[in-house]
Amino acid sequence: MDSAISEQRQTLSSTADNGLKIVVVGGFGVGKTTLVRSVSEIRPLNTEETMSQAGEGIDDTVGVAAKTATTVAFDFGRISLDARNVLYLFGAPGQERFWFLWDRLFSGTLGAVVLVDTRRISDSWYAVDRLEHHGTPFVVACNDFGGPSHSPAEIREALDLADEVPLVFCDARSRESSKQVLISLVEHLKNVVAADPEHGPRPVPEPAP
Amino acid sequence: MSRVRPGRDDSPDRLYTLTGGRSSSGSTAFDVVTLVVAESDPAPGMQSEHAAILRMCRFPTAVVEVAAGLGLPVSITRILLADLHDTGRISARHPRPTSYRLPDHDILEQVLVGLRNL
Repeated sequence: MDSAISEQRQTLSSTADNGLKIVVVGGFGVGKTTLVRSVSEIRPLNTEETMSQAGEGIDDTVGVAAKTATTVAFDFGRISLDARNVLYLFGAPGQERFWFLWDRLFSGTLGAVVLVDTRRISDSWYAVDRLEHHGTPFVVACNDFGGPSHSPAEIREALDLADEVPLVFCDARSRESSKQVLISLVEHLKNVVAADPEHGPRPVPEPAP
Repeated sequence: MSRVRPGRDDSPDRLYTLTGGRSSSGSTAFDVVTLVVAESDPAPGMQSEHAAILRMCRFPTAVVEVAAGLGLPVSITRILLADLHDTGRISARHPRPTSYRLPDHDILEQVLVGLRNL
């Protein structure tokens, strides 16, 4: 590795002022980190968030309960889009406890990619359900593991996927293929924004009870 | 990476010590992708985590990158950043707010251009 170049690439431009995020959700071993690494300008980094069962902001002796902390690990990469915008790509596990941390970590995310291994489609049910629940726009990307091929219709049916959610196929090891997954998400986001009659400069409406 | 995973094997007591017993960073809203820039150099006697943050943030650095660099959970990192922000030692470039739950069309266009240029 050329350390001089990689060192340079580690540092953001001093004009960078707007961080953006896209979350890649998927089960263990589905290729989240591989996809992030394929397009990231930095070697993917790993960090964690912890959440105590007792919740936040409890500082008295009840805080002893915080010793049963839940920890969720996630990794991330980075793409400098231009002089000001920096896109952070998060690879996040789809397991149940992770979704308790969604708002704290990923509120304001542009959108999500659900990365699917077609040999284990049922692993992705929960992620699709939670993203719909959070109202986060997403695309489904099937990572090619060379298993038996499924038609898009079969995969849509297995995931009970709404017609408007794009379904794409990719090879997460390929930079070009991973880049196309992200482009398909952003194009989908543009469609969602254009189609949303409530989109405009106004406060967030309260969801109906 | 052989480094010990943050949070996992640490006693919560150690993390509470780092933050002076606080478990919340209060009202200062540091997003995970808020970009942090140091406004001063580390000073003698400073808490080592604070000094490490100032060294890390000579160029804009996201909160989540700071957390990874410190080997600490994001929530603890936010508290340490709030300390430095309150004393003017760092500045924070927060993500541009969106007026609605969906991103702005202009931002999406910029993201698309950036991705296509990859």
